[in-house]
Amino acid sequence: MTKYIIRRLLQTIPVLLGVSILVFSLMFLIPGDPAQVMAGEGASAQTVENLREKLGLNDPAYVQYGRYLSSALQGDLGNSIRSGRPVMEEIQTRFWVTLEVAIYSTILAVFIGLIAGIISAVRHYTLTDVSIMIIALFGLSMPNFWLGLLLIQWFALGNLPFDIPFPEFLKMRPSGWGDTWRQMVLPVITLGTGGAAIIARMTRSSMLEVIGQDYIRTARAKGVSERVVIYRHALKNALIPVVTIIGLEFGGFLGGAVLTETIFAINGMGRLTIDAIRQRDFPVVQGTVLVISLLFVVVNLLVDISYKFLNKRIDLN
Amino acid sequence: MNEMENILVVNNLQTTFKTDAGDIRAVDGVSFTVPKGKTIGIVGESGSGKSITSLTILRLLASNGRVNGGEVLFKGKDLLKLPEKAMREIRGNQISMIFQEPMTSLNPVYTVGQQIGETIQIHKKVGKKEAIQQSIEMLKLVGIPSPEKRVKQYPHELSGGMRQRVMIAMALACDPEILIADEPTTALDVTIQAQILELIKDLQNRLGMSVIMITHDLGVVAETCDYVAVMYAGQVVEYSDVRSLFKNPKHPYTLGLLNSLPRHDIEQEKLIPIKGMVPSPHEMPVGCRFAPRCPVATELCHNKMPQLLNTNDSNAEQIRCWMFSDEWDGDSEVTLYGEKRTIKG
Ligand SMILES: Nc1ncnc2c1ncn2[C@@H]1O[C@H](COP(=O)(O)OP(=O)(O)O)[C@@H](O)[C@H]1O
Ligand code: SF4
Ligand SMILES: [Mg+2]
Repeated sequence: MTKYIIRRLLQTIPVLLGVSILVFSLMFLIPGDPAQVMAGEGASAQTVENLREKLGLNDPAYVQYGRYLSSALQGDLGNSIRSGRPVMEEIQTRFWVTLEVAIYSTILAVFIGLIAGIISAVRHYTLTDVSIMIIALFGLSMPNFWLGLLLIQWFALGNLPFDIPFPEFLKMRPSGWGDTWRQMVLPVITLGTGGAAIIARMTRSSMLEVIGQDYIRTARAKGVSERVVIYRHALKNALIPVVTIIGLEFGGFLGGAVLTETIFAINGMGRLTIDAIRQRDFPVVQGTVLVISLLFVVVNLLVDISYKFLNKRIDLN
Repeated sequence: MNEMENILVVNNLQTTFKTDAGDIRAVDGVSFTVPKGKTIGIVGESGSGKSITSLTILRLLASNGRVNGGEVLFKGKDLLKLPEKAMREIRGNQISMIFQEPMTSLNPVYTVGQQIGETIQIHKKVGKKEAIQQSIEMLKLVGIPSPEKRVKQYPHELSGGMRQRVMIAMALACDPEILIADEPTTALDVTIQAQILELIKDLQNRLGMSVIMITHDLGVVAETCDYVAVMYAGQVVEYSDVRSLFKNPKHPYTLGLLNSLPRHDIEQEKLIPIKGMVPSPHEMPVGCRFAPRCPVATELCHNKMPQLLNTNDSNAEQIRCWMFSDEWDGDSEVTLYGEKRTIKG
């Protein structure tokens, strides 16, 4: 097992190198002279030249990349052009916010998704199953930002579509004092329910497939109760593909919750990236992309390891 | 035969499946008895309802399946009327089953020991440690070398033959009175097939259980069974002891089956396959289900379904064929697969 983890870790090195090359090339892929873009349109030729010299843009590309990589490895991703603060610092403060939202959203998604998926599979083709799947389809097709806006309308502003008094204490005001957890509630519901829909559908189809397997019939023929058949014999097998989806969801929450963060004014990684792109703050864009990619690689690694725990058939060699 | 000796009596079992293309009467008139300590064979072509018969006995049908009628009397009580909980206490404990596909019948995510141990834990109410200990004993019993090592392995680490041995160990762990073996060797290599059959026979002698051996292979029947029920299109068409079945087959279908097989014990001029095809489950003939293929079918055969009745010779022998009834409307002498036969009628 340790051997396997070490090998998988080593395998991530080329992936990360590739990502770093891509991220580094961002600099060259944007149209125009990066120094000119950074300095702004009104800057004099001298300012641009100074900036170019300062950024080392006159050196050959491989020298620049080498420099970029070696400082990145030491945790130095350069400084933000706008704020002048180290990119690493900018990312660190935002990362914890995003991580927190991502963790809660994943927990919510897994909790609702697994339960709904299992119920749906066990009662397949009944009214319960059909209802759950319709809700899931709805959750799947509804854009996150729309659900987010709806939730803000209803719960933050108290504009419920029906005429019932809305309890004051439940109103989520983003600006209230000391209620960061309350700020979390709506974004977590927004992200979590979307994730739950995907997990529920995946769990249902995976469970249905497993329930039709021969070894489930064997379990029943042993005199095992239906509960044990579902939870011990079927679920463990059915979870194998679901774990991948959960990992992808979590990775997505970490990197891609841009719209949700914008709508709920959460100062997370997504906002940081969007703001940096808007302000042409290249070092920050590079830094966030690099960190988000790294997170994806780590999540994937964790998924693979949990795979191995769940499925003894996977040959580690 | 004394009624008390029969551990299982199946009477006119009927099982249907709801499908999009209409109802399928997969089992429609299956009767046989299992004498204590004996092996009875259920033989028939693929799709004749052998597996569904055994799954109906244990009440393990897929959710679209329904038992429409009949009785399954296990030691006198009708299993079809038992509450689910009581049924669970019988499964794997008093009546066990092994399946055709050893490769997929074991749960891939649990060890051999966990899977055998589970049966032991449920039915014998012992702890985990004791269950694993007993699993090792069972593995020894079914002839698996180094059982202490095997007990900790996962199914994918075992060959097909080994896995079938594990299935047998699991099935026999609680000392069942009946073992249902649904084509236990069909998926295995020929050499392994013989070993597994030998093992089942040997364990039966040692443990004294009854065996229901399901197979499409008359060779397996000849080797292992005391009695045999021949199935055709969801029905038992002939039930008798093995010796008379091979020596003196009565039903035209049985005769056809035997004639389409190479045999060493009698002289055969040539193999004559049964012409035609098994009827589709959606369009069963109204009369005798074998009538479209039967060389001697009459008006009566096509219009009215024959019942499974005791023959005049012996009440251990049952035939579903108009030829053996007083109502027979055909010739009193017929030729079936090259064999002349006089009908008493
Ligand atoms: N779940 C099911 N739904 C519909 N039809 C089924 C189902 N299971 C079995 N059948 C049908 O029942 C018939 C008997 O099948 P089976 O007992 O498996 O035959 P065999 O004698 O080969 O074991 C077949 O026609 C099969 O297609
Ligand atoms: S009942 Fe008639 S058709 Fe059916 S097997 Fe007997 S003789 Fe043939
Ligand atoms: Mg079968």
